[in-house]
Amino acid sequence: MFAEFLQFLFSGITVGAIYALVGLGFAIIYNASNVINFAQGEFVMLGGMGTVFFIGLGLPMPLAVLLAVSLTVIVGFGLERFAVEPARDAPIVTLIIITIGASIFLRGAAQLVWDRNFHSVASFSGSDPIMIGGASILPQSLWILGCTVVIVIALHMFFNHSMTGKSIIATSHNPLAAKLMGINTSMVLLMSFGLSALLGASAGILIAPISLTYTGVGIMLGLKGFCAAVLGGLGKPMGAIAGGLLVGISEAMTAGYISSAYKDAVAFIIILAVLFLMPNGLFGGRGTERV
Amino acid sequence: MNALSKPETGGILSLALVIAILPAFLPNSFYFDVVILVGINAIVCVGLNLLIGYTGQISLGHAGFFGLGAYFSGILVSIHGWPPLVALIAGAVFVGVLAYILARPVMKLRGHYLAMGTLGMGIVISIVLNQEGDLTGGPDGMPVDAFSVFGWEPGNELTWYWMVGGLLLIAVWLALNLINSPVGRALRAVHGSEVAASVAGVDVARYKSLVFVVSAVFASVAGSLFAHYSGFLTPSEADFFHSIELVTMVVLGGMASVFGAVVGAAVLTLLPQLLTVFHDYEMLVFGAAMMITMIFMRRGLVPTLQSAFNRWRK
Amino acid sequence: MKSLFKKAGLTALVAVSAIGLATGSAKAEETIKIGSFLAVTGGASFLGDPEKKTLDMYVEKINSEGGVLGRKLELIVYDSGGDPKKAVPFAKRLISDDKVDILLAGSTTGATMAVIPIVEKAGIPFISFGGAGVIINPVKKWVFKTPHTDTLAVQKIYNDMKSRGISKIGLLSGSGGFDKSCRKNVLDLADGAGMGVVADETHGKGDTDMTAQITKIKNSAGVQAMLYCGFGGATSIVAKNFKQLGVDIPHYQTHGSASKSFIKNADGGAEGVRLPAAALVVVDALPDSHPQKKVASAYKKMYEAKTGSEISSFGGHAYDGLMLAVEAITRAGTTDKAAVLAELEKTNNFIGVDGIYTMSPTDHLGLDEASFVMVEVKDGDWKMLK
Repeated sequence: MFAEFLQFLFSGITVGAIYALVGLGFAIIYNASNVINFAQGEFVMLGGMGTVFFIGLGLPMPLAVLLAVSLTVIVGFGLERFAVEPARDAPIVTLIIITIGASIFLRGAAQLVWDRNFHSVASFSGSDPIMIGGASILPQSLWILGCTVVIVIALHMFFNHSMTGKSIIATSHNPLAAKLMGINTSMVLLMSFGLSALLGASAGILIAPISLTYTGVGIMLGLKGFCAAVLGGLGKPMGAIAGGLLVGISEAMTAGYISSAYKDAVAFIIILAVLFLMPNGLFGGRGTERV
Repeated sequence: MNALSKPETGGILSLALVIAILPAFLPNSFYFDVVILVGINAIVCVGLNLLIGYTGQISLGHAGFFGLGAYFSGILVSIHGWPPLVALIAGAVFVGVLAYILARPVMKLRGHYLAMGTLGMGIVISIVLNQEGDLTGGPDGMPVDAFSVFGWEPGNELTWYWMVGGLLLIAVWLALNLINSPVGRALRAVHGSEVAASVAGVDVARYKSLVFVVSAVFASVAGSLFAHYSGFLTPSEADFFHSIELVTMVVLGGMASVFGAVVGAAVLTLLPQLLTVFHDYEMLVFGAAMMITMIFMRRGLVPTLQSAFNRWRK
Repeated sequence: MKSLFKKAGLTALVAVSAIGLATGSAKAEETIKIGSFLAVTGGASFLGDPEKKTLDMYVEKINSEGGVLGRKLELIVYDSGGDPKKAVPFAKRLISDDKVDILLAGSTTGATMAVIPIVEKAGIPFISFGGAGVIINPVKKWVFKTPHTDTLAVQKIYNDMKSRGISKIGLLSGSGGFDKSCRKNVLDLADGAGMGVVADETHGKGDTDMTAQITKIKNSAGVQAMLYCGFGGATSIVAKNFKQLGVDIPHYQTHGSASKSFIKNADGGAEGVRLPAAALVVVDALPDSHPQKKVASAYKKMYEAKTGSEISSFGGHAYDGLMLAVEAITRAGTTDKAAVLAELEKTNNFIGVDGIYTMSPTDHLGLDEASFVMVEVKDGDWKMLK
C-alpha cells in the first residue's frame, strides 16, 4: 500500500520538478517585464528536440546538450528583441497574442526543420530502476531532482549576489526608478528571456529520456508551467517551484487513486479554485492590474 | 433615411450584399464548404469581439463554449433523438446559464489572471469532452445527424450557405444594437476605465457578465450549427488552440469592430485553405501573422485600413 | 536519427503528388484518380508515412507499366496528421473538388470513422487502412479495409496466453478509436476464451507517463500478464514505463505496435513484448511454401530499395489496398463506382502482403486469423514464435 503511494509520489515529484522549472521561467520573465511568455513551452521543446538533432549529427551527449541550450537561449534573445520589445507598451491582450503567435511560429519552424515524430533520448546514466521501499525510481528522475536543486540554488545566488541579478530584481520592482539609477532595463529584459530559455531548455532535456520528445511537447508542459507560476503567485520564483511540485504531485495522486482520465485537468481545476477564491494566487500579494 | 445613413447600417447592407452575390463566384461545393465555415467562425467572433473589443476582457477559453454547444447538439440529437432545433436551444440555454454562473468569479479576475482563468475553464471543458468517451466518443470524436426543422433538411451546401449567411446577419445586427444601446455605451466606458465607469454609476460587473454570457451563447449556437453541418465532431473543437484561433480572428480583424470580426474570421479560415499547397508552412505563417499584426497593426486590419482610407480621403 | 534529415522526402501536407507521366500524354480527365488522406506526419506518422511511400511507389510502377485500363493513375494525397477533424474536410475536398474515383485512405480508425458518413452519402468506394473492427462491422456499403482487425488480434493473443497458462490479465488502453475498439474486444471475448480481466486502466491521448496505471495493474491481485491496446508513440512509453517499474509478468501489445520505431523508442523496454503481426514483418523467416512469401518478399525488396528504410506492416496495408482497387477496376472495366464496389465484393483468394483476401457483401475485410503470426521482440528485432 505504502509502496504504491511512494511510487505515485516519485512520479509526481519528477514531473513536478519539470513544471517547477518551466514555471520559474514564467516567473522570471514576468518579474522583469510584466509579460507572460506563452512561448515558454517551446523553449522546453527546443531543448529536447535540439538535443536529439545534435546527437543525430554524431556529437557526444554533453556537447549536444550544450548546443541545444545555447540554441534555445539565442531563440529566447531573438523572441525578446524582435517580438516583445517592439510591443512593450501594448496592452496585455496584445502581448498575450504576440507570445502565443511566437509559440506557434516556433513550433511550425521546428516541424519544418525537423519533423513531427516522437524521438527518444538516452537516459543520462542507464535506465535500470532503483528500488526504494518497494517503489522504483529511475536514475533519470534523480538527475531531474538534482539538476532542479542545483538550478534553484544557482538562481538564488544569481539574484541575490550578482549585479545583473540584482538589477533584474530592481527593474521588476520599479522599472522607471531602476532606469534612473542607471540600470540598462532593456538589457535586463533581454537577460530575463535568455535565462528563461535556459531553464526551459534544461527542463526539456531532462524530461526527454523519460517521456520522449516531439515538436508538440511544449504545449501541455508550457500550460502546466503557467499553472505552477500562477499558483505560486505570478512573479514569485519560490512560489513557482512550490506550485510546480504541488501540480505534479496532485496529478500523480489523482492518476493513482482517483482517475487517470482526469489527470491533466487537475492542474487547471486547482488553478480555477484558487483564482476564484484567492484571485492573486496561493502565495500572491497585491493585485496586478495596470491602469 | 436617417437609419440608412448610419455607417453601421451601411455596413450591414454591404455585408448582406456580399452574402447575396457571393454564390455566383463559387465554382463547386468545396468552395461553399469553406465559405460556410467562415460564416460559422464569424458568428463566434462577432460575439467574442463584444467581450474582447468592447469590454477589454480577454477569453482564452471560448472554444469551450463552442464545443459545449456542438456536443449538446451532437449528443441530444444523435443519441437521444431530440429535434435539432430544440437541442440547439437547449445547448444555448445550458451554455448561457453556465457562463452566467462562471461570469461573476471569472470577470473579477484581471489581466493575466483572467487569461489563466478563462484558459483553465476552456481546457477543463475540452478534457471533459475528451474523457467522457461513452457520451462524446472520446478524442476520435462522434458523428452527428443532419440538421432539420419540422422535417425540413438543409440538404445541400447552398441551403446551408443561406442559413449561415442569414444567421450571421442576425448576429451582426444584434451586436450592433447592443453596442449602440445604453448598455453598449457603458461597455465602452468599462474598456476605457473601469474606475471611471463605476464612479459614473455604471454597474461594471453586471455589464461584463452580460457580455460574457452573450458571447458564450453566440459561440454555443455556432457550435451547434457546426456540429450538424460538418456531421462529425471531435473534442479539438473545444481545445486551447481553437480558442486561440478565435481570439486571433477577432484581434486580427480589429478589436471593437463588428465587421473586423467578420473579416478576421474570413482571413484566418481561408488562409489554411490557400496554404494547403504550402501546408508545411501553415503554422509558421499563422504564427508570424499573429505577431506581425499585433506589432505593426495593433488595432487590427479593418480599423487600420479604415483610418488609412480616411486619411487618404482628406 | 536519419529521419530528421529526410524532411524533404516527407513532403508533408497536401503535396498533391500527381505521380507519373500524366502531364504529357494522358489528359486529366482520362486519369483514374485515387484520393487519399493519411497521417503522413504527427503522432501516427509511423502509419501514414510508409503508407504514402508505398502508394507513391506503386502508382509510379503501375503507370510505367501502362496504367490501368490503358489510363494512368493519378494519386492525390493529403496529410491528415492522424486527426479525424482534418480528415473530414479532406474527404469532402477529394470527393467534390478533386472528384476522385476511389478513396484509399485513413491511417487511423478515428480518421476513418469520421469520414464514413460522408463516404456513404457520396457513394464512393473507400478502402481504409485503419485497424479496428468497427470500421467494417457492421458492414457499411462503401467501406472496406485491409489491416487485420483488433478482434483477430485479441483472439490470437488469447490463444498465445492460454498456451502459456495465463488466465488473468491486466488491461491498459489508450483513448483513441482503435484503442477503445480493442479494449471492447478484450472485454467481450474474455469469457469465451476463459480469460479474466482483473484490471482495466486507460490513459489519455498524448499522455507521456503511464507509470500510475501500470503500478495499479502490477498490484492487482492475481494478475499474470499485461495487455496494452494502443498505437503510436504511446506504445513505446508503455513499454518503457513497464520496464522502469520492474514489472516481471509477460507483456503483450497489439499489431498497432508492429513497427521498428516501437522497439527503437522504447529504449530497451520492448524486449520480450509479444504481439500479433502480419507475416510481412517476419517475411524472411517464412518458409518458401508460405503462400504470401512471394508477394511479401517482392514488396519488402522494392520498398527497402526505394526508400532506404525498413518495411513496417503498415505500408503493407496500403499495398494491399491499392492492389485490391486495381484488380477491381480492371475486372469492372470501368471506374463506375457501383461497378467497382460490386467487383471489390467479389474479391476471391487475392494474395496480398497482409494475407489472402476473400470478400463478400457481408465481409469487407476478407482476412482470417491464419494470416497473423505471433512475434516477440528479441535483441531489438522481431522473432516469429512457433
